[in-house]
Amino acid sequence: MTDDSGPIHPLWLRVTHWMNALAVVIMVMSGWRIYDADPFFGFVIPKSVTLGGWLAGALQWHFAAMWLLAANGLAYLACNVASGRVWRKFFPLSARAVMADVRAALRGLLKHDDLRAYNAVQRAAYLFVIADCVLLVLSGLVLWKPVQFSLLRELMGDYEAARRVHFLAMVALVAFVGVHLVMSALVPRALLAMIRGR
Amino acid sequence: MPNPYRRIALDGEAVVKEALRRLDQPARRAFLRRSLTLGGLSLLTGCAIVDEESVERALMKVSRLNDKVQAWLFDPTLLAPTYPESMITRPFPFNAYYKVDEVPEVDASEFRLEVGGLVADRHFGTFLRRVGADLSARYVGFQCADDYSTSIDMPTALHPQTLLALSFDGEPLPPRYGFPMKLRMPTKLGYKNPKHIEAIFVTNTYPGGYWEDQGYNWFGGS
Repeated sequence: MTDDSGPIHPLWLRVTHWMNALAVVIMVMSGWRIYDADPFFGFVIPKSVTLGGWLAGALQWHFAAMWLLAANGLAYLACNVASGRVWRKFFPLSARAVMADVRAALRGLLKHDDLRAYNAVQRAAYLFVIADCVLLVLSGLVLWKPVQFSLLRELMGDYEAARRVHFLAMVALVAFVGVHLVMSALVPRALLAMIRGR
Repeated sequence: MPNPYRRIALDGEAVVKEALRRLDQPARRAFLRRSLTLGGLSLLTGCAIVDEESVERALMKVSRLNDKVQAWLFDPTLLAPTYPESMITRPFPFNAYYKVDEVPEVDASEFRLEVGGLVADRHFGTFLRRVGADLSARYVGFQCADDYSTSIDMPTALHPQTLLALSFDGEPLPPRYGFPMKLRMPTKLGYKNPKHIEAIFVTNTYPGGYWEDQGYNWFGGS
């Protein structure tokens, strides 16, 4: 099912991947500082891991990097659909396949001999994080402009609900990144492939 | 930019109080120093960042660009949600960049004359029309008795929910909530809503504002 010609990851994929990594780091760390200005879950995120210095600074970073996140995300999705790569790499996908691969992974039997082929867990995880980022952007739009994007606001409930959606979606993103980094460390060839293409 | 030191009383305790308050408000130069924390710096050292000044200028530029986007997004027919009187928070919260015992004392007799004929809690657009303001101008600016200042875009000034408020909860606006008058805009973030308004001006020259000059976004719209 895999095409052996050309790089494992085409250039457009690698570029958008790392641009996204940069954007996500800026968005998450500045977002944490914004949360700290009104910590509605009761706990405060340590200032040392946040970006921006104070609320105004964090907001500036957040509303600057959002353009990078959105433009780069759209470019990634467009290239994925236009090249047909999304269908080749992420589908077919079934709950049964995911369960089977999870069991194999927990037994240490899930291999990455062919980096071109994503296993079911990868497919599910990557599709999940893409959907999660879309949710972050949509809830972010509601937080940024609850009056101008009133329909989106109503879909999420209200402003306060959108805050929680935004925060929980961030938690899911951070959890993904954590697992993603561990996996990349366990399979360094995959990290090299994302840099060099092979 | 208003002189923030006019308000400090000349006694040791007040000076210490003021210093402690300012420790939480990093100066403009310091903001980027703090923003380049270990986490941020470790990521950004790989990028071609020459110095803090250039990053600060770049971020301000993007913020001003976002003003244009927000002006484009602003729909004057979209209304903010409204709530019943029973939901008014009592006691109403006090919010300023100083403590409640430093609220400015404005002489009511002066202002009674100035606002003669003006109906309380006026739609600000109606007020602007009544005083013959040039509604094609870009900005409306405000000078406040607590050395605060801000400015807004004309479309927001004319928005149906933008109120020039002279009363609160049926009483004349109390000093701690902004006597003699405040501007309430449900389509703007809190810091854009001036209290203790002393002067209003209409202009095409960007007036900035107390917080906006320090890095908060000028449009600040919801």
